Amino acid sequence: MPPTPCSICQRERAMLRRPKTLQRLCRSCFYAVFETEVHQTIQRHGLFKRGDRVAIGASGGKDSTVLAYVLKLLNERYDYGLELFLLSVDEGITGYRDDSLETVKRNRDQYALPLKIISYEELYGWTMDRIVEAVGRKNNCTFCGVFRRQALDRGALLLGVDHIVTGHNADDVAETVLMNILRGDIARLQRCTEIMTAGDAEGAVRRSKPFKYAYEKEIVMYAYFKKLDYFSTECIYSPNAYRGYARAFLKDLEASRPSAILDIIHAGEALLIRADVKMPTQGQCERCGYVASNRLCKACVLLEGLNRGLPKLGISGRASVPDGPAVSAKQP
Amino acid sequence: MELLFDQQHTVKVQLPAKEGNFSIRELLPWIRDKLLRERPELFMQGDTVRPGVLVLINDVDWELEGELEYQIAEGDRITFISTLHGG
Repeated sequence: MPPTPCSICQRERAMLRRPKTLQRLCRSCFYAVFETEVHQTIQRHGLFKRGDRVAIGASGGKDSTVLAYVLKLLNERYDYGLELFLLSVDEGITGYRDDSLETVKRNRDQYALPLKIISYEELYGWTMDRIVEAVGRKNNCTFCGVFRRQALDRGALLLGVDHIVTGHNADDVAETVLMNILRGDIARLQRCTEIMTAGDAEGAVRRSKPFKYAYEKEIVMYAYFKKLDYFSTECIYSPNAYRGYARAFLKDLEASRPSAILDIIHAGEALLIRADVKMPTQGQCERCGYVASNRLCKACVLLEGLNRGLPKLGISGRASVPDGPAVSAKQP
Repeated sequence: MELLFDQQHTVKVQLPAKEGNFSIRELLPWIRDKLLRERPELFMQGDTVRPGVLVLINDVDWELEGELEYQIAEGDRITFISTLHGG
């Protein structure tokens, strides 16, 4: 096949087909449209204001690495006036997180951004390695998801930041919409498509997803072409089977119709929950003060189970105790 | 991906001699049978790559190169990138 010219500049050789628009683009036009779209998302939704201190939830994976790179670039290019930080959670997973944290440390040096690492060990007294020893491999993702969400907030408080950005991309959001439908989790279904969640007085920091409309393929290709240093190994404990099925289903849909991902996000955004549907009210955890929809927050319930040697506490899926910021928060 | 290929990042291969060129369609099952060390279902689905695996031919998205029908030439570099893992 003869090389295809770029559909924007008509000059350079096209290197990829964008799933979102089916345009054939050369490297530099792809960089330009990708970066500009993220900038427009940030502007349109008013994610930042000048002077904000912003922590990038950094796992060393492709999404957060590209996010750190692009946000630093846009902050300089468009003079957002942000102070950027890298914030990483060390779950204590030998052979996985220790290696990915090395990547984050290299990113810290490559992008000259300050890095804060906060560990499950220091926050909860448990590493994921020990949790898995205690609870087995079936439900450990629940612990990890719940603990990570809170850990990022605690880390943000320590850094004194106003805002956490995560690398969740369009595929992640669409997948979460599907999962919340499959689990009948109406409250999360409503929240999960929001690009930004408000902070509150109880210690949850404002969060946003600047890549909400960026396809995973674009992020991977961006990282590949730019030769960004990222870590791409599956978590050794990860068989989060349910999410895996949702992801595989979504990828099948995308293969037959690339717009499926944005369509699902759009469907999620357009859902209106009837006013008479009873929603959980968000209060404060009696023990630690974190946001909770019950007397105790999910992390405290899980932790109590671990410490009392009853690790099933809090994960025997009763409808009133839905088991998972594991669902609302795929790790960034 | 490295996991599936015995931790190897780059593999140089000599395809068996035959009349005419190899297409990607023929290459995939050859890789699966000869090079893959574990879990072939994470690499292929039906006669193509599993959705979520990106394929590049000399750094160009295979969607621009005819996908399965692309005729492999001497010295081509075929890259597989899995997107199916968390952060």
